[in-house]
Amino acid sequence: MSDAMLYALAGAMLAGCGTYGLLTAGGALGRILGFNILGGGVFLIFGAVARRGAGAGLAADPVPQALVITGIVVAFCATALAVALLLRLKAADGAGEEEP
Amino acid sequence: MSLLLDAVTLLLVSAGVLFFAAGTLGLLRLPDPLTRIHALTKADNVGLALIVLGLLPQAGSVMAGVKMIAVWALAQIASGAVSQVLAEAATLEAQIEATAREKRP
Amino acid sequence: MSLVFDALAGLLVAGAALAAVTAAAPRAAVIAFMGYGVLLGLAWARLAAPDVALTEIAIGSGISGIVLLRAAAGLPAVPPAANRALAAAISVAVALGLAALVLALPEPAPSRAADAAAALPATGLGNPVTGVLLAFRALDTLLEKIVLLLALVGVWALARDPLWRGRPEPLFAGAAPAPSAFLARVLVPIGVLVGAYLLWAGADAPGGAFQSGATLAAMGLLALMAGLAPLPRADDRRLRLVLLAGPFGLLAAGFLGWATAGAFLAFPPGFEKPVIKIVEIAITASIALTLILVVLGPPAGEERP
Repeated sequence: MSDAMLYALAGAMLAGCGTYGLLTAGGALGRILGFNILGGGVFLIFGAVARRGAGAGLAADPVPQALVITGIVVAFCATALAVALLLRLKAADGAGEEEP
Repeated sequence: MSLLLDAVTLLLVSAGVLFFAAGTLGLLRLPDPLTRIHALTKADNVGLALIVLGLLPQAGSVMAGVKMIAVWALAQIASGAVSQVLAEAATLEAQIEATAREKRP
Repeated sequence: MSLVFDALAGLLVAGAALAAVTAAAPRAAVIAFMGYGVLLGLAWARLAAPDVALTEIAIGSGISGIVLLRAAAGLPAVPPAANRALAAAISVAVALGLAALVLALPEPAPSRAADAAAALPATGLGNPVTGVLLAFRALDTLLEKIVLLLALVGVWALARDPLWRGRPEPLFAGAAPAPSAFLARVLVPIGVLVGAYLLWAGADAPGGAFQSGATLAAMGLLALMAGLAPLPRADDRRLRLVLLAGPFGLLAAGFLGWATAGAFLAFPPGFEKPVIKIVEIAITASIALTLILVVLGPPAGEERP
């Protein structure tokens, strides 16, 4: 059992937690959190794969690392857009029929 | 000499961990926001200071030591200011709740 | 001993994630999520990926945390809706399935580390992750800049029609508390310095455009929160120029590659590092400003100070 393997298993657990949040959340915010945690688990498994690919004097394979950095930023974009939609929906609900 | 330095590190870091543990216990067990903030700020600042002090003998260069002290100083400033903001917000929230309770006889 | 530490860290991350998805109150869930992000950053640091650790803590936990915390402020606690036992069974099946796949990974592991290390000297960079992001896989980075910009366009598109040229809602309803004004005055100059350092060091050490942009964005938000700077207007031309500088700077460098090196996004031989650095500065400015505007949300009115 290597350290990379331990974190890959942690990533699998995170994906499970995220799935649970996605399935059980009562509100949209909970589903956004669950989706993020699911993604985080997949990233972590990817990171463990990068660590296993250490070689040529590098402690980990840089290609998956760069892809994960890109992934984190894209996940943030999706989260921010989802939150903005959620808040707009809430405002529309609160205003009721007065909206033109 | 290096054995002595290692002993100093071990002692100070262990003491720091003890302060962190106490602060965490306070965070989990104390009843209201103000006492919890009190437990955190006191224990964590001293805890972090002890850990940084303990790690200083292990720093590879003077620059690494300066960076560690800078981390501690930044954490001090941030946690001091943030805990004041938190405390103000907690007091305000408690006041709002109290007035709401008075209105709802 | 270090395996025990790694196992504990993995369990802590999973525990924080579980707390985030099972907390009833939205605010408690978001705070657990932010803690989960910091612990996940620790896991990345243990996986010898300091660049990812910095990005996860700055963007995945910090900036996402502000966005989510603002959203959670007005939301009621909603009881879990679906059949929880069934959901738990499905989730455990997903986790076990992934764990089985992970344990069946091929040996030796496939890797592009040798290729990246061999090609790195040609870019003049010392940090292989920066090399992958800005030289070998620059197309990904270009498209990601555009995704970031599209996210902002999407957020702005949610403004009400008469208000969309104006300023966003302030981060504080009233006047900023004195301690946060103090914090902004002391921390912002230091934080800007740290951001600039992360960008500069990113060529050879952990750091780079994303981490630097996120740090600068946090400092900008701190200054806005303390009322040290006016909220930006969505129709400000200079603001829009900075937003476009990153994606279009990289695009321009890409077309320049056709003229000088014979391929799109190839950097001119002999000038790789200066060109990469100039593009990176533009990208960092765009990232910082886009993150600030995405956190602030859609424009909400003209009358805001």
